[in-house]
Amino acid sequence: MTDPIRDEWYPVALVSQLGPEGRDTRLLGEPVRVAWQDGAIIVTSGGHTLPSQQRYGHVWACPGTPARPLFDIPEADQPGRRLVDVGLVRVKCSPLRAVENFLDIAHFPFVHTDILGAEPHTEVGKYDVAIREEVDEVWATKVHFYQPQAAKSAAGGITTEYMYRVPAPTVSILYKTCPPRPGEWDVITLFVQPLDEELCEVWPWMALFDDDTPMTDLIHFQQTIFLQDRSILENQLPHRLPLDPGMEIPTRADLTSIAYRRWLKRRGYTYGAQLVAA
Amino acid sequence: MILYDYALSPDCYKIRLLAALTGAKLTLRAVDFHPGGEHRSPAFLAINPGGTIPVMQDGTLTLTDSAAILTFVAAKSGPAWLGDDSPEMRARVAQWLAFAQRLSASIGKARTHDMLQKPADIVACRKAGVQCLREIEAALVERHLTGDAFLAGNRPTLADIACFPHSMLAPDGGISVDPYPAIRLWTRSVRALPGFIEMPGIHRLHDLKPEPVGVPE
Ligand SMILES: N[C@@H](CCC(=O)N[C@@H](CS)C(=O)NCC(=O)O)C(=O)O
Ligand SMILES: [Fe+2]
Repeated sequence: MTDPIRDEWYPVALVSQLGPEGRDTRLLGEPVRVAWQDGAIIVTSGGHTLPSQQRYGHVWACPGTPARPLFDIPEADQPGRRLVDVGLVRVKCSPLRAVENFLDIAHFPFVHTDILGAEPHTEVGKYDVAIREEVDEVWATKVHFYQPQAAKSAAGGITTEYMYRVPAPTVSILYKTCPPRPGEWDVITLFVQPLDEELCEVWPWMALFDDDTPMTDLIHFQQTIFLQDRSILENQLPHRLPLDPGMEIPTRADLTSIAYRRWLKRRGYTYGAQLVAA
Repeated sequence: MILYDYALSPDCYKIRLLAALTGAKLTLRAVDFHPGGEHRSPAFLAINPGGTIPVMQDGTLTLTDSAAILTFVAAKSGPAWLGDDSPEMRARVAQWLAFAQRLSASIGKARTHDMLQKPADIVACRKAGVQCLREIEAALVERHLTGDAFLAGNRPTLADIACFPHSMLAPDGGISVDPYPAIRLWTRSVRALPGFIEMPGIHRLHDLKPEPVGVPE
């Protein structure tokens, strides 16, 4: 029998930052150790070696038996992209809340004022949301939003187009118009490591077309954005993500969140979720 | 003036804030503090053997302490911020600049521990942080009794710039600021200064907008 929670892949470390001392961390409430052994990285928990792999700059582990391969981000292998290891940020929130906030474009003008949004440009237009059955992922497309500084490489305000993708319960990927390379999408991800149901470590990661901005500036830009979200996330109520409809009033901007919750429920993914309305 | 800077650092932010308030021009050099740990690299240690940020370089001058950097930027671009109205004010500014080191060592460490998983004795840091906030609260209440709204007197000085960021960011390290009404009022006064800039966790004031129409006179 498969376990919808334990059989997922989770990020547990950044490959580039894993020192000889290794990393002691937690996954789904259990202690986990990530360490070098004979030149390879292994992940152990409770005396067992977990299935693990290195991809998108991170070490991924599965506490159970992998139900499927790790999701694919084809852009990660596209020549010319800069791959940015942003580093962990610990947040006292449900891992699902962290993903949900990332999917919510309506908060930009209020939380990321003058960077990803600005008043009075608060309108989120009509966009498409679907659960793509063939890949079992949530997708939101044709999301348009006015942004004062959409990326480090953006010189001024532009209308940015976004696509949002949830390929795994604790992973969100966004694709956004790439100012220096029309026709391509910048890829910005949030890989979430659930430590407990109300505590997570978030590993943002990016694959960008930007040949000019120094790497450290790219890291600072993304950390700035994510830290603006952190205090909001820590103060959200209820702490766990309600999977039953009716608790929070949906607006157009929330359509992605509604699809995400429906999809989680369908998959039986309840870690960090609240099932019965409190 | 070159500032070795980290976007999330309160001690770097206070330099950026003073520069914004005084119109000083800074050249920012981003340091990969996290996750890269660049401040511990041989190249950085050659500039600042203490391995801390911020660092300022201006010509042959290298400054490795935020109090010294604030003093330098103020002396160059906004001498009023030095707080030279009276011997008492000048001494208070010096005292608060020194006090700010205790904020970095307590609240600052609790914050990087909670957010970025940097090592710290978290219980001791939080305890020391609470003690610092209590001291600021008490000092502000005392100032209010003499009609002053700022730490060193009746106008903002380096004392406020040095102590304001950590006081506002304490919740990031699991330290509540709810018990300190005088601190909250004071941080609003700082955020209301013309030219104020933000950092993550320190938002501009939204509530100074005009009253909505229809409010009875
Ligand atoms: N640095 C990103 C910001 C992205 C980011 O990671 N932030 C989350 C915060 S919620 C998000 O949803 N961002 C949307 C966005 O990238 O515009 C950008 O270039 O725009
Ligand atoms: Fe956000």
